[in-house]
Amino acid sequence: MTVSAPMNWRRIPERYRLKGSYCETCGKAFFPGRVVCPNCRRKGKLKEQDMPRAGKIFSYTKVHVGPTGFSHETPYFIALIELENKAKVLSQIIDSEEEKIQVGAKVELAFRKVGKDDKYGAINYAYKFKVIE
Amino acid sequence: MIEVVVVGAGMTKFGENWESSFRQMIADAAIKALVDSGLAGEKIEAIYGGCMASGRFIGQEHIGALIADQLGLNPIPSTRCEAACASGGVALRSGYLAVKSGEHDIVAVGGVEKMTDVSTEDASFALGGAGDQETELFHGATFPSLYALLARRHMIEYGTTEEQMAMVAVKNHKNAANNPNAQFQSEVTLEEVMNSGYVAEPIKVLDCSPVTDGAAAVILCSKEKAEALGMKYIEMAASEQASDTISLAARKSLTELRATMEAARKAYKKAGITQEDVDFAEVHDCFTIAEILAIEDLGFFKKGEGGIATEKGLTALNGKIPINPSGGLKGKGHPVGATGVAQAVEAFNQLMGRAEKRQVKNAEIGLTHNVGGSGATAIVSIFKKAGVKK
Repeated sequence: MTVSAPMNWRRIPERYRLKGSYCETCGKAFFPGRVVCPNCRRKGKLKEQDMPRAGKIFSYTKVHVGPTGFSHETPYFIALIELENKAKVLSQIIDSEEEKIQVGAKVELAFRKVGKDDKYGAINYAYKFKVIE
Repeated sequence: MIEVVVVGAGMTKFGENWESSFRQMIADAAIKALVDSGLAGEKIEAIYGGCMASGRFIGQEHIGALIADQLGLNPIPSTRCEAACASGGVALRSGYLAVKSGEHDIVAVGGVEKMTDVSTEDASFALGGAGDQETELFHGATFPSLYALLARRHMIEYGTTEEQMAMVAVKNHKNAANNPNAQFQSEVTLEEVMNSGYVAEPIKVLDCSPVTDGAAAVILCSKEKAEALGMKYIEMAASEQASDTISLAARKSLTELRATMEAARKAYKKAGITQEDVDFAEVHDCFTIAEILAIEDLGFFKKGEGGIATEKGLTALNGKIPINPSGGLKGKGHPVGATGVAQAVEAFNQLMGRAEKRQVKNAEIGLTHNVGGSGATAIVSIFKKAGVKK
Protein backbone atom coordinates (compact mmCIF):
# COMPACT_ATOMS: atom_id res chain seq x y z
CA MET A 1 0.00 0.00 0.00
CA THR A 2 1.27 3.48 -0.81
CA VAL A 3 0.85 5.79 2.14
CA SER A 4 1.24 9.55 2.37
CA ALA A 5 4.32 11.22 3.86
CA PRO A 6 2.29 12.60 6.80
CA MET A 7 1.02 9.09 7.62
CA ASN A 8 4.56 7.75 7.84
CA TRP A 9 5.78 10.84 9.69
CA ARG A 10 3.04 10.56 12.34
CA ARG A 11 4.13 7.05 13.17
CA ILE A 12 7.86 7.75 13.57
CA PRO A 13 7.94 7.89 17.41
CA GLU A 14 6.08 4.57 17.61
CA ARG A 15 8.08 2.82 14.91
CA TYR A 16 11.53 4.20 15.70
CA ARG A 17 11.61 4.04 19.47
CA LEU A 18 8.59 2.05 20.59
CA LYS A 19 6.72 5.04 21.97
CA GLY A 20 3.55 3.87 23.68
CA SER A 21 1.68 4.95 26.76
CA TYR A 22 0.90 3.85 30.29
CA CYS A 23 -2.04 4.56 32.54
CA GLU A 24 -1.19 6.38 35.77
CA THR A 25 -4.40 5.06 37.33
CA CYS A 26 -3.98 1.31 36.77
CA GLY A 27 -0.29 1.22 35.80
CA LYS A 28 -0.84 -0.82 32.65
CA ALA A 29 1.39 -0.13 29.64
CA PHE A 30 0.06 0.03 26.07
CA PHE A 31 1.79 -0.30 22.75
CA PRO A 32 0.97 1.50 20.53
CA GLY A 33 -0.23 4.34 22.74
CA ARG A 34 -3.94 4.75 23.28
CA VAL A 35 -6.26 7.72 23.76
CA VAL A 36 -8.42 5.87 26.29
CA CYS A 37 -7.30 3.31 28.88
CA PRO A 38 -9.55 0.29 28.20
CA ASN A 39 -9.43 -0.68 31.90
CA CYS A 40 -10.14 2.70 33.50
CA ARG A 41 -11.72 4.65 30.64
CA ARG A 42 -12.47 8.18 31.90
CA LYS A 43 -10.86 7.51 35.28
CA GLY A 44 -7.63 6.63 33.49
CA LYS A 45 -4.76 9.01 32.91
CA LEU A 46 -2.56 8.09 29.98
CA LYS A 47 1.00 9.36 29.69
CA GLU A 48 3.37 8.79 26.81
CA GLN A 49 6.17 6.37 27.54
CA ASP A 50 8.86 4.59 25.54
CA MET A 51 8.56 0.82 25.90
CA PRO A 52 11.40 -1.27 27.34
CA ARG A 53 13.78 -2.52 24.67
CA ALA A 54 13.89 -6.12 25.82
CA GLY A 55 11.42 -8.92 26.28
CA LYS A 56 10.80 -12.55 25.44
CA ILE A 57 9.05 -14.46 22.67
CA PHE A 58 5.45 -15.33 23.57
CA SER A 59 4.54 -16.99 20.26
CA TYR A 60 6.16 -17.13 16.82
CA THR A 61 5.75 -18.40 13.29
CA LYS A 62 7.99 -18.85 10.28
CA VAL A 63 6.22 -17.20 7.35
CA HIS A 64 6.71 -18.99 4.03
CA VAL A 65 4.15 -17.10 1.94
CA GLY A 66 4.46 -13.33 2.32
CA PRO A 67 2.04 -10.55 1.43
CA THR A 68 2.62 -7.86 -1.20
CA GLY A 69 5.94 -6.18 -0.51
CA PHE A 70 7.32 -9.04 1.61
CA SER A 71 7.32 -11.95 -0.85
CA HIS A 72 11.02 -11.54 -1.65
CA GLU A 73 11.95 -11.78 2.05
CA THR A 74 10.42 -15.21 2.75
CA PRO A 75 10.93 -17.19 4.80
CA TYR A 76 10.94 -14.77 7.74
CA PHE A 77 9.89 -14.93 11.37
CA ILE A 78 6.96 -13.09 12.95
CA ALA A 79 6.62 -13.15 16.73
CA LEU A 80 4.51 -11.79 19.52
CA ILE A 81 6.95 -10.44 22.08
CA GLU A 82 6.14 -9.81 25.70
CA LEU A 83 8.16 -6.77 26.75
CA GLU A 84 9.56 -6.38 30.24
CA ASN A 85 6.57 -4.20 31.22
CA LYS A 86 4.15 -6.95 30.02
CA ALA A 87 2.97 -4.99 26.96
CA LYS A 88 3.03 -7.17 23.85
CA VAL A 89 4.28 -6.22 20.41
CA LEU A 90 4.11 -8.06 17.09
CA SER A 91 7.37 -7.84 15.20
CA GLN A 92 9.77 -9.63 12.92
CA ILE A 93 12.66 -11.57 14.48
CA ILE A 94 15.90 -11.01 12.57
CA ASP A 95 19.64 -11.79 12.80
CA SER A 96 19.01 -14.83 15.00
CA GLU A 97 19.94 -18.49 14.68
CA GLU A 98 16.79 -20.35 13.73
CA GLU A 99 17.03 -22.94 16.51
CA LYS A 100 17.21 -20.15 19.09
CA ILE A 101 13.88 -18.68 17.98
CA GLN A 102 11.70 -20.39 20.59
CA VAL A 103 8.90 -19.43 22.94
CA GLY A 104 10.52 -17.88 26.01
CA ALA A 105 13.72 -16.81 24.21
CA LYS A 106 15.04 -13.40 25.29
CA VAL A 107 15.01 -10.73 22.58
CA GLU A 108 16.15 -7.13 22.25
CA LEU A 109 15.12 -4.23 20.07
CA ALA A 110 16.75 -3.62 16.70
CA PHE A 111 16.01 -1.02 14.04
CA ARG A 112 15.60 -2.07 10.42
CA LYS A 113 14.07 -1.33 7.07
CA VAL A 114 10.51 -2.73 6.85
CA GLY A 115 9.78 -2.65 3.15
CA LYS A 116 9.09 0.12 0.73
CA ASP A 117 5.73 1.55 -0.27
CA ASP A 118 6.21 1.03 -4.00
CA LYS A 119 8.88 1.62 -6.62
CA TYR A 120 9.11 5.37 -5.98
CA GLY A 121 7.53 5.42 -2.51
CA ALA A 122 8.96 5.97 0.94
CA ILE A 123 11.30 3.43 2.50
CA ASN A 124 9.82 2.45 5.83
CA TYR A 125 11.91 1.81 8.93
CA ALA A 126 10.71 0.32 12.18
CA TYR A 127 11.46 -1.89 15.14
CA LYS A 128 12.41 -5.54 14.77
CA PHE A 129 13.80 -7.84 17.45
CA LYS A 130 16.71 -10.27 17.69
CA VAL A 131 17.38 -13.13 20.04
CA ILE A 132 20.11 -12.44 22.61
CA GLU A 133 22.29 -15.19 24.02
CA MET B 1 -42.61 -10.44 22.12
CA ILE B 2 -42.01 -10.72 18.38
CA GLU B 3 -40.38 -14.00 17.31
CA VAL B 4 -38.17 -14.19 14.23
CA VAL B 5 -38.24 -17.09 11.75
CA VAL B 6 -36.35 -17.99 8.58
CA VAL B 7 -38.72 -18.72 5.68
CA GLY B 8 -36.34 -19.28 2.78
CA ALA B 9 -32.67 -19.80 1.98
CA GLY B 10 -30.52 -19.96 -1.12
CA MET B 11 -26.93 -19.75 -2.24
CA THR B 12 -24.79 -19.88 -5.35
CA LYS B 13 -22.26 -22.63 -5.76
CA PHE B 14 -19.11 -21.58 -3.93
CA GLY B 15 -15.88 -21.72 -5.89
CA GLU B 16 -13.86 -19.96 -8.54
CA ASN B 17 -16.93 -18.63 -10.32
CA TRP B 18 -15.13 -17.00 -13.23
CA GLU B 19 -18.34 -16.83 -15.27
CA SER B 20 -20.26 -14.91 -12.59
CA SER B 21 -19.91 -11.31 -11.46
CA PHE B 22 -20.50 -9.87 -7.98
CA ARG B 23 -23.92 -8.54 -8.96
CA GLN B 24 -24.98 -11.76 -10.73
CA MET B 25 -24.09 -13.86 -7.70
CA ILE B 26 -25.97 -11.80 -5.12
CA ALA B 27 -29.00 -11.64 -7.42
CA ASP B 28 -28.88 -15.42 -7.99
CA ALA B 29 -28.67 -16.19 -4.27
CA ALA B 30 -31.41 -13.71 -3.35
CA ILE B 31 -33.78 -15.03 -6.02
CA LYS B 32 -33.19 -18.62 -4.86
CA ALA B 33 -34.03 -17.60 -1.28
CA LEU B 34 -37.14 -15.72 -2.39
CA VAL B 35 -38.37 -18.61 -4.56
CA ASP B 36 -37.69 -20.98 -1.66
CA SER B 37 -39.86 -18.82 0.63
CA GLY B 38 -42.63 -18.56 -1.95
CA LEU B 39 -42.74 -14.80 -1.42
CA ALA B 40 -42.85 -12.16 -4.15
CA GLY B 41 -40.07 -9.58 -4.11
CA GLU B 42 -42.43 -6.72 -3.28
CA LYS B 43 -43.08 -8.31 0.13
CA ILE B 44 -39.49 -7.53 1.15
CA GLU B 45 -39.35 -4.40 3.29
CA ALA B 46 -35.58 -4.00 3.78
CA ILE B 47 -32.28 -5.57 2.78
CA TYR B 48 -29.14 -6.17 4.85
CA GLY B 49 -26.10 -7.18 2.81
CA GLY B 50 -22.80 -8.48 4.18
CA CYS B 51 -19.69 -7.71 2.17
CA MET B 52 -16.16 -7.28 3.45
CA ALA B 53 -13.93 -5.73 0.84
CA SER B 54 -15.64 -5.12 -2.50
CA GLY B 55 -13.67 -1.89 -2.80
CA ARG B 56 -10.42 -3.82 -2.88
CA PHE B 57 -11.75 -6.87 -4.75
CA ILE B 58 -13.81 -5.24 -7.51
CA GLY B 59 -13.39 -1.49 -6.96
CA GLN B 60 -17.04 -1.13 -5.97
CA GLU B 61 -18.49 0.36 -2.79
CA HIS B 62 -22.10 1.37 -2.06
CA ILE B 63 -23.10 -2.28 -2.03
CA GLY B 64 -26.38 -1.79 -0.17
CA ALA B 65 -27.98 0.26 -2.92
CA LEU B 66 -26.39 -1.93 -5.60
CA ILE B 67 -28.10 -5.06 -4.24
CA ALA B 68 -31.56 -3.45 -4.13
CA ASP B 69 -30.97 -2.11 -7.64
CA GLN B 70 -29.94 -5.48 -9.06
CA LEU B 71 -32.97 -7.19 -7.49
CA GLY B 72 -35.35 -4.55 -8.85
CA LEU B 73 -36.31 -3.73 -5.28
CA ASN B 74 -35.71 0.03 -5.25
CA PRO B 75 -36.80 2.08 -3.31
CA ILE B 76 -36.66 -0.10 -0.15
CA PRO B 77 -33.84 0.61 2.31
CA SER B 78 -30.77 -1.53 1.69
CA THR B 79 -27.78 -1.47 4.04
CA ARG B 80 -24.28 -2.90 3.72
CA CYS B 81 -22.83 -4.52 6.84
CA GLU B 82 -19.06 -4.88 7.26
CA ALA B 83 -17.13 -6.68 9.98
CA ALA B 84 -14.38 -8.36 7.91
CA CYS B 85 -15.10 -12.11 7.61
CA ALA B 86 -18.04 -11.65 9.99
CA SER B 87 -19.82 -9.25 7.62
CA GLY B 88 -22.44 -11.86 6.72
CA GLY B 89 -23.06 -12.63 10.38
CA VAL B 90 -23.57 -8.96 11.15
CA ALA B 91 -25.99 -8.67 8.22
CA LEU B 92 -27.88 -11.69 9.57
CA ARG B 93 -28.08 -10.16 13.03
CA SER B 94 -29.11 -6.77 11.61
CA GLY B 95 -31.99 -8.42 9.75
CA TYR B 96 -32.92 -10.35 12.90
CA LEU B 97 -33.00 -7.13 14.94
CA ALA B 98 -35.05 -5.34 12.29
CA VAL B 99 -37.79 -7.99 12.52
CA LYS B 100 -37.43 -8.48 16.28
CA SER B 101 -37.92 -4.77 16.87
CA GLY B 102 -41.22 -4.77 15.00
CA GLU B 103 -40.00 -2.22 12.47
CA HIS B 104 -40.19 -4.72 9.59
CA ASP B 105 -42.22 -7.91 9.05
CA ILE B 106 -40.13 -9.38 6.23
CA VAL B 107 -36.49 -8.63 5.34
CA ALA B 108 -33.89 -10.16 3.03
CA VAL B 109 -30.37 -10.85 4.32
CA GLY B 110 -27.58 -11.45 1.84
CA GLY B 111 -23.84 -11.91 1.82
CA VAL B 112 -21.47 -11.80 -1.13
CA GLU B 113 -17.81 -11.65 -2.04
CA LYS B 114 -16.11 -11.79 -5.43
CA MET B 115 -12.50 -12.68 -4.64
CA THR B 116 -10.99 -14.20 -7.78
CA ASP B 117 -11.02 -11.12 -10.02
CA VAL B 118 -7.72 -10.06 -8.38
CA SER B 119 -4.36 -11.81 -7.99
CA THR B 120 -3.73 -13.99 -4.94
CA GLU B 121 -1.37 -11.31 -3.61
CA ASP B 122 -4.02 -8.61 -3.94
CA ALA B 123 -6.60 -10.91 -2.35
CA SER B 124 -4.26 -11.44 0.61
CA PHE B 125 -3.82 -7.70 0.93
CA ALA B 126 -7.60 -7.17 0.85
CA LEU B 127 -8.11 -9.79 3.55
CA GLY B 128 -5.29 -8.29 5.60
CA GLY B 129 -7.55 -5.33 6.26
CA ALA B 130 -9.32 -7.53 8.81
CA GLY B 131 -6.27 -7.29 11.07
CA ASP B 132 -4.47 -4.28 12.51
CA GLN B 133 -2.91 -2.44 9.58
CA GLU B 134 -0.54 -0.38 11.73
CA THR B 135 0.89 -3.02 14.06
CA GLU B 136 0.38 -6.31 12.21
CA LEU B 137 0.15 -6.02 8.42
CA PHE B 138 2.77 -3.27 8.23
CA HIS B 139 5.32 -5.67 9.73
CA GLY B 140 4.68 -8.46 7.24
CA ALA B 141 2.07 -10.42 9.21
CA THR B 142 -0.45 -12.34 7.11
CA PHE B 143 -3.72 -13.88 8.23
CA PRO B 144 -2.28 -17.40 8.30
CA SER B 145 0.60 -16.04 10.40
CA LEU B 146 -1.77 -14.51 12.97
CA TYR B 147 -3.63 -17.81 13.35
CA ALA B 148 -0.23 -19.55 13.45
CA LEU B 149 0.60 -17.48 16.55
CA LEU B 150 -2.66 -18.72 18.12
CA ALA B 151 -1.93 -22.31 17.06
CA ARG B 152 1.58 -22.23 18.55
CA ARG B 153 0.21 -21.20 21.97
CA HIS B 154 -2.48 -23.90 21.82
CA MET B 155 0.18 -26.50 21.04
CA ILE B 156 2.38 -25.31 23.91
CA GLU B 157 -0.35 -24.90 26.52
CA TYR B 158 -2.48 -27.95 25.66
CA GLY B 159 -0.37 -30.28 23.54
CA THR B 160 -2.51 -29.87 20.43
CA THR B 161 -0.73 -31.41 17.45
CA GLU B 162 -0.39 -30.57 13.77
CA GLU B 163 -2.04 -33.93 13.02
CA GLN B 164 -5.11 -32.96 15.07
CA MET B 165 -5.38 -29.70 13.12
CA ALA B 166 -5.03 -31.65 9.86
CA MET B 167 -7.90 -33.91 10.97
CA VAL B 168 -10.21 -30.87 10.95
CA ALA B 169 -9.38 -30.41 7.25
CA VAL B 170 -9.92 -34.12 6.50
CA LYS B 171 -13.33 -34.09 8.21
CA ASN B 172 -14.51 -30.86 6.58
CA HIS B 173 -13.44 -31.98 3.11
CA LYS B 174 -15.36 -35.20 3.68
CA ASN B 175 -18.51 -33.24 4.55
CA ALA B 176 -17.96 -30.85 1.61
CA ALA B 177 -17.82 -33.79 -0.79
CA ASN B 178 -21.50 -34.35 0.12
CA ASN B 179 -22.45 -30.72 -0.46
CA PRO B 180 -23.12 -29.88 -4.12
CA ASN B 181 -22.57 -26.16 -3.41
CA ALA B 182 -19.13 -26.67 -1.87
CA GLN B 183 -15.94 -25.48 -3.56
CA PHE B 184 -14.12 -28.75 -2.84
CA GLN B 185 -15.93 -31.86 -4.02
CA SER B 186 -13.17 -34.28 -3.07
CA GLU B 187 -11.81 -35.72 0.14
CA VAL B 188 -8.24 -35.23 1.31
CA THR B 189 -6.14 -37.66 3.33
CA LEU B 190 -4.26 -36.91 6.51
CA GLU B 191 -1.01 -37.47 4.61
CA GLU B 192 -1.99 -34.96 1.94
CA VAL B 193 -2.72 -32.29 4.54
CA MET B 194 0.46 -33.06 6.49
CA ASN B 195 2.55 -32.98 3.31
CA SER B 196 1.07 -29.73 1.99
CA GLY B 197 3.69 -27.02 2.38
CA TYR B 198 3.86 -24.58 5.25
CA VAL B 199 2.25 -21.18 4.76
CA ALA B 200 3.11 -19.92 8.24
CA GLU B 201 4.34 -22.66 10.59
CA PRO B 202 2.56 -24.67 11.95
CA ILE B 203 -0.20 -23.80 9.43
CA LYS B 204 -0.02 -25.56 6.06
CA VAL B 205 -1.73 -24.89 2.75
CA LEU B 206 -4.46 -27.48 3.46
CA ASP B 207 -5.10 -26.00 6.94
CA CYS B 208 -6.37 -22.84 5.20
CA SER B 209 -9.80 -22.04 3.80
CA PRO B 210 -9.59 -21.13 0.10
CA VAL B 211 -10.17 -17.94 -1.86
CA THR B 212 -13.78 -18.21 -3.02
CA ASP B 213 -16.48 -16.44 -4.99
CA GLY B 214 -20.04 -16.82 -3.82
CA ALA B 215 -23.23 -15.40 -2.39
CA ALA B 216 -25.90 -16.58 0.04
CA ALA B 217 -29.27 -15.23 1.17
CA VAL B 218 -32.03 -15.92 3.68
CA ILE B 219 -35.47 -14.38 4.12
CA LEU B 220 -36.43 -13.47 7.70
CA CYS B 221 -39.98 -12.91 8.82
CA SER B 222 -41.98 -12.44 11.99
CA LYS B 223 -43.45 -15.74 13.19
CA GLU B 224 -46.93 -14.24 13.28
CA LYS B 225 -46.72 -13.18 9.62
CA ALA B 226 -45.19 -16.49 8.53
CA GLU B 227 -48.04 -18.40 10.19
CA ALA B 228 -50.67 -16.04 8.75
CA LEU B 229 -49.22 -16.66 5.28
CA GLY B 230 -48.96 -20.41 5.90
CA MET B 231 -45.22 -20.52 5.24
CA LYS B 232 -42.73 -23.19 6.23
CA TYR B 233 -40.11 -21.91 8.66
CA ILE B 234 -37.40 -22.52 11.24
CA GLU B 235 -37.12 -20.34 14.33
CA MET B 236 -34.25 -17.96 14.92
CA ALA B 237 -33.96 -18.09 18.70
CA ALA B 238 -30.97 -15.79 19.18
CA SER B 239 -28.32 -13.79 17.36
CA GLU B 240 -25.67 -12.28 19.58
CA GLN B 241 -22.53 -10.35 18.75
CA ALA B 242 -19.38 -9.44 20.70
CA SER B 243 -16.11 -7.65 20.05
CA ASP B 244 -12.48 -7.92 21.13
CA THR B 245 -9.24 -6.06 20.44
CA ILE B 246 -8.37 -5.85 16.76
CA SER B 247 -4.73 -6.82 17.32
CA LEU B 248 -3.55 -10.08 18.89
CA ALA B 249 -0.90 -8.21 20.89
CA ALA B 250 -3.57 -6.59 23.07
CA ARG B 251 -5.31 -9.88 23.99
CA LYS B 252 -5.11 -11.37 27.45
CA SER B 253 -4.99 -14.92 26.08
CA LEU B 254 -4.12 -16.42 22.71
CA THR B 255 -5.81 -19.77 23.35
CA GLU B 256 -9.38 -18.49 23.35
CA LEU B 257 -11.42 -15.99 21.35
CA ARG B 258 -13.25 -14.04 24.03
CA ALA B 259 -15.69 -12.51 21.55
CA THR B 260 -16.87 -16.03 20.67
CA MET B 261 -17.25 -16.96 24.34
CA GLU B 262 -19.23 -13.80 25.12
CA ALA B 263 -21.51 -14.04 22.06
CA ALA B 264 -22.15 -17.73 22.85
CA ARG B 265 -22.93 -17.09 26.52
CA LYS B 266 -25.51 -14.46 25.57
CA ALA B 267 -26.96 -16.54 22.72
CA TYR B 268 -27.50 -19.63 24.92
CA LYS B 269 -29.19 -17.47 27.54
CA LYS B 270 -31.42 -15.71 25.01
CA ALA B 271 -32.43 -18.99 23.39
CA GLY B 272 -33.02 -20.64 26.77
CA ILE B 273 -30.69 -23.55 26.01
CA THR B 274 -27.22 -24.80 26.91
CA GLN B 275 -24.50 -26.09 24.62
CA GLU B 276 -25.72 -29.61 25.48
CA ASP B 277 -28.92 -28.93 23.53
CA VAL B 278 -27.14 -28.06 20.27
CA ASP B 279 -27.42 -30.85 17.67
CA PHE B 280 -24.94 -29.42 15.13
CA ALA B 281 -22.90 -26.27 14.58
CA GLU B 282 -21.52 -24.39 11.62
CA VAL B 283 -18.36 -22.77 13.03
CA HIS B 284 -15.81 -20.35 11.59
CA ASP B 285 -12.95 -22.62 10.48
CA CYS B 286 -11.01 -20.11 8.37
CA PHE B 287 -8.00 -22.17 9.51
CA THR B 288 -8.15 -25.60 11.12
CA ILE B 289 -6.94 -24.22 14.47
CA ALA B 290 -9.92 -21.83 14.36
CA GLU B 291 -12.33 -24.79 14.49
CA ILE B 292 -10.47 -26.25 17.47
CA LEU B 293 -10.69 -22.88 19.27
CA ALA B 294 -14.37 -22.52 18.31
CA ILE B 295 -15.57 -25.89 19.61
CA GLU B 296 -13.90 -25.10 22.94
CA ASP B 297 -15.04 -21.47 23.15
CA LEU B 298 -18.63 -22.47 22.29
CA GLY B 299 -18.54 -24.89 25.22
CA PHE B 300 -18.82 -28.18 23.29
CA PHE B 301 -15.47 -29.33 24.69
CA LYS B 302 -13.29 -28.23 27.58
CA LYS B 303 -10.54 -25.71 26.85
CA GLY B 304 -7.59 -27.58 25.42
CA GLU B 305 -9.58 -30.66 24.39
CA GLY B 306 -10.71 -29.53 20.94
CA GLY B 307 -7.82 -31.27 19.20
CA ILE B 308 -8.29 -34.61 20.92
CA ALA B 309 -12.09 -34.40 20.39
CA THR B 310 -11.46 -33.99 16.67
CA GLU B 311 -9.03 -36.92 16.69
CA LYS B 312 -11.66 -39.10 18.41
CA GLY B 313 -14.21 -38.28 15.70
CA LEU B 314 -16.59 -36.53 18.10
CA THR B 315 -17.10 -33.68 15.61
CA ALA B 316 -17.74 -35.90 12.57
CA LEU B 317 -21.14 -36.00 10.85
CA ASN B 318 -22.13 -39.03 12.95
CA GLY B 319 -20.22 -37.87 16.06
CA LYS B 320 -21.35 -36.49 19.41
CA ILE B 321 -21.72 -32.96 18.02
CA PRO B 322 -21.39 -32.70 14.22
CA ILE B 323 -19.32 -29.61 13.38
CA ASN B 324 -19.53 -28.02 9.95
CA PRO B 325 -21.77 -30.56 8.20
CA SER B 326 -21.69 -28.23 5.16
CA GLY B 327 -17.92 -28.64 4.89
CA GLY B 328 -17.30 -25.37 6.71
CA LEU B 329 -15.18 -22.55 5.39
CA LYS B 330 -12.42 -25.09 4.77
CA GLY B 331 -14.37 -27.39 2.48
CA LYS B 332 -17.35 -25.37 1.29
CA GLY B 333 -15.23 -22.26 0.63
CA HIS B 334 -15.00 -18.85 2.25
CA PRO B 335 -16.28 -15.90 0.21
CA VAL B 336 -15.72 -13.71 3.25
CA GLY B 337 -18.83 -11.50 3.19
CA ALA B 338 -21.10 -14.43 2.28
CA THR B 339 -19.89 -16.91 4.90
CA GLY B 340 -22.04 -15.80 7.85
CA VAL B 341 -25.18 -15.99 5.71
CA ALA B 342 -24.19 -19.30 4.10
CA GLN B 343 -23.96 -20.78 7.61
CA ALA B 344 -27.61 -19.78 8.16
CA VAL B 345 -28.50 -21.38 4.80
CA GLU B 346 -27.00 -24.66 6.06
CA ALA B 347 -28.86 -24.34 9.38
CA PHE B 348 -32.09 -23.89 7.41
CA ASN B 349 -31.42 -26.89 5.19
CA GLN B 350 -30.47 -29.10 8.14
CA LEU B 351 -33.47 -28.13 10.29
CA MET B 352 -35.85 -28.49 7.33
CA GLY B 353 -34.43 -31.99 6.90
CA ARG B 354 -33.28 -31.37 3.33
CA ALA B 355 -29.50 -31.61 3.70
CA GLU B 356 -29.48 -34.94 1.83
CA LYS B 357 -26.26 -36.93 2.19
CA ARG B 358 -24.91 -34.64 4.90
CA GLN B 359 -28.15 -34.55 6.93
CA VAL B 360 -27.56 -34.57 10.69
CA LYS B 361 -30.01 -37.13 12.09
CA ASN B 362 -32.83 -35.78 14.29
CA ALA B 363 -31.43 -32.24 14.15
CA GLU B 364 -33.63 -29.88 16.15
CA ILE B 365 -31.27 -27.12 17.25
CA GLY B 366 -28.41 -25.67 15.20
CA LEU B 367 -25.83 -23.00 15.96
CA THR B 368 -23.87 -20.75 13.62
CA HIS B 369 -20.62 -19.00 14.57
CA ASN B 370 -19.02 -16.33 12.40
CA VAL B 371 -15.73 -14.59 13.24
CA GLY B 372 -14.17 -11.40 11.89
CA GLY B 373 -10.40 -11.08 11.61
CA SER B 374 -8.45 -12.91 14.28
CA GLY B 375 -11.42 -12.78 16.65
CA ALA B 376 -12.25 -9.08 17.01
CA THR B 377 -15.88 -9.73 16.03
CA ALA B 378 -17.94 -12.83 16.70
CA ILE B 379 -21.60 -13.56 16.03
CA VAL B 380 -23.36 -16.62 17.41
CA SER B 381 -26.89 -17.39 16.23
CA ILE B 382 -29.19 -20.21 17.31
CA PHE B 383 -31.89 -21.80 15.17
CA LYS B 384 -34.63 -24.25 16.17
CA LYS B 385 -36.79 -26.53 14.10
CA ALA B 386 -40.39 -25.24 14.08
CA GLY B 387 -42.27 -26.28 17.20
CA VAL B 388 -39.24 -27.44 19.22
CA LYS B 389 -39.98 -26.47 22.80
CA LYS B 390 -36.47 -26.73 24.30
